[in-house]
Amino acid sequence: MRDIAIVAYSQTDCVRSAGAANEVELIMPQLSAVFDQAGLSNSQDVDFVCSGSCDYLQGAAFAFVAGVDALGAVPPIKESHVEMDAAWALCESILKIRMGHADSALVYGFGLSSPGELPIVLSQQLDPYYLAPQWIDTISLAAMQARMMLDQGLITERDMAEVVARSRANALNNPHAQLAADVSVDNLLEQELFVSPLRKHDCSPISDGAGAMVIATVDQAKEWGKPYVLISGIDHCIETHNLGMRDLTDSVSTRKAAKMAGMANGKVDVAELYAPFSHQEIILTRALGLGDETSINPSGGVLAGNLMMTSGLSRIGEVFNRIISGEAQRGIAHATSGPCLQHNLVTVLEGV
Amino acid sequence: MAILAAVVGIGQTKYQTKRGDVSIAGLVREAAVNALNDSGLVWDDIDAVIIGKAPDMFEGVIMPEAYLTDALGCNGKPMIRVHTAGSVGGSTALVAASHVQSGSYKRVLTVTFEKQSESNAMWALSSKRPFSVNLNAGAGGYFAPIIREYIRRSGAPYDTGIIVAVKDRLQGALNPLAHLQLPNITKKEVEESMMLWDPIRFLESCPSSDGACAMVIAAEDMVAESPKPPAWIRGVAMRSEPTMYAGREEVSPQAGRDCAADVYKQAGISNPRKDLDCAEVYVPFSWYEPMWLENLGFAEEGEGWKLTTEGATALDGGDIPWNCSGGVLSSNPIGASGMIRFAEAARQVRGDAGNHQVEGARLALGHAYGGGAQFFSMWVVGADKP
Repeated sequence: MRDIAIVAYSQTDCVRSAGAANEVELIMPQLSAVFDQAGLSNSQDVDFVCSGSCDYLQGAAFAFVAGVDALGAVPPIKESHVEMDAAWALCESILKIRMGHADSALVYGFGLSSPGELPIVLSQQLDPYYLAPQWIDTISLAAMQARMMLDQGLITERDMAEVVARSRANALNNPHAQLAADVSVDNLLEQELFVSPLRKHDCSPISDGAGAMVIATVDQAKEWGKPYVLISGIDHCIETHNLGMRDLTDSVSTRKAAKMAGMANGKVDVAELYAPFSHQEIILTRALGLGDETSINPSGGVLAGNLMMTSGLSRIGEVFNRIISGEAQRGIAHATSGPCLQHNLVTVLEGV
Repeated sequence: MAILAAVVGIGQTKYQTKRGDVSIAGLVREAAVNALNDSGLVWDDIDAVIIGKAPDMFEGVIMPEAYLTDALGCNGKPMIRVHTAGSVGGSTALVAASHVQSGSYKRVLTVTFEKQSESNAMWALSSKRPFSVNLNAGAGGYFAPIIREYIRRSGAPYDTGIIVAVKDRLQGALNPLAHLQLPNITKKEVEESMMLWDPIRFLESCPSSDGACAMVIAAEDMVAESPKPPAWIRGVAMRSEPTMYAGREEVSPQAGRDCAADVYKQAGISNPRKDLDCAEVYVPFSWYEPMWLENLGFAEEGEGWKLTTEGATALDGGDIPWNCSGGVLSSNPIGASGMIRFAEAARQVRGDAGNHQVEGARLALGHAYGGGAQFFSMWVVGADKP
């Protein structure tokens, strides 16, 4: 199979509300940034474009169509879209390159979570006959998951608060973070409960924003003469939608995706995990068997800012940045979708 | 460089106004099981599932792959959801094919669907957004002015669209899965049907259907494990352009022309009318047949209507039959409509199209378009291994 590398990544700051910014206004600065990094001028310079977004966040059918206006798609381009996190748009792009129909691709994602009530909106992702009519929001489902872990003695509330304290501290070094602070675990535990056993800080914030990435074959990346990071593996796996049939305290699909992606073939210096709730970071860390040698969510993770439909791609971008800077040699990025970590994707990145 | 791949199984549901007997999950499973049975395979043989549908607002289920995981036997497997507007059925087939052609997976299941009875597509398309053009009349209202411009430029006779409407319904009556069963339809009946968006009459428009379409796509080394003849994938192409830009050619979009040129080149086609045996082309409003005949290179610019009026595109006696299955004009589960075109093209070259079989079909085109006629996806499938 052809060796494929990331050449450029850029994202917006995570903000509570991007106001009246439309898709094009969100996306274009990020596209310009990655084109600049890769030494390209526009999407005509790549062979394929793929994006990820969700109509329901914008509140209109075909919201992604407006995104095409940001691409300079005249003359027409080879372009596709997944109604998923842009990490899966990366998957589609990689397939296109592997089959030889492209040597390079632009991947981008965007989302405006602020216009709606995200936890309620996402309740309509559930089984439309039995679950969605109950309007069970994502926070309540995550709270149930955390409660199971607490009741089984798998975690303590202190463990959860420690995840949050580390996220806030790490986010101090992340210029894109929405929530960053130097807070103590004790201080966090003093906060009132939001949806028991979750406190507000156990939940990722509502954020607006976009991100973009340029990937290419290693040969193409060398020709461009830009630094690059190898994508040595990427795979994903989904589990049953019936929450009662899953062990919610574990993530079997994450473990399987990591195995398929070849995570175990080397040391993991850094891991960026898409854990929208503090206890989920613990589930993922354990499912992946990550230990002290791995720096987990050095960006602060999505507890510091959650760009819906781009957070998965953003995790990959964060690991890319750290390998490019020399801070890490090999790392993994995780993306998730669906209630209580139903669908999980793992990407393995390596410096050259 | 791409791995050779073929369609080894096809499954569809019956298309109808309302499938009240099944849930959305039941609908997609019906098509998937039919495809698996057709391929002689079982769920465990499938490495990944690729689903597609038109906007989530049509049924009100956000990112429905999460809910449909179990119905599609996808526990512990990769699953991906494609959404490229009306072309999604075609794009989904292409993304599914890329899973195999890239050498990443051996056999994949791809499913597209729409359950329009649980929604109102026209109003789902009409939600008002600040600072953008509001589309208040659904797709027909959007395309009618473009059709009028085609008529003005080409001087096509008044009854061209009527001829297409009759032809596709007569062909649909040969296909037991087609939604509309109108074996006795006449030109007069079409002409007298209500004018919806001038010049598009009620009977010149596609219906609203419930339904799902599925395919199993396999890598070359697995093809022999399925009993029926394969449809070899000979070319795949997608193109997109913006909805609006200065000087945009809306009657015959550049993206469609480029996409066709790309897929023909891969399949070694120099003269589509001559080299292809039949085509399944996305014609949701009757006049789009002559328009796409030109856009896809079956006729010179301004001459497409002549093929239609001469009967060249009819299964009965035509040299290049279009939409033998009845096309979108006979069945329109929106998200699946593009894949039905791709699957029906494959059925033809597998020699498995029943009463609407084109005798001896060896090479066929599947086509889908979407958005403001700005997203295109196409494939060419053949009976012969390239």
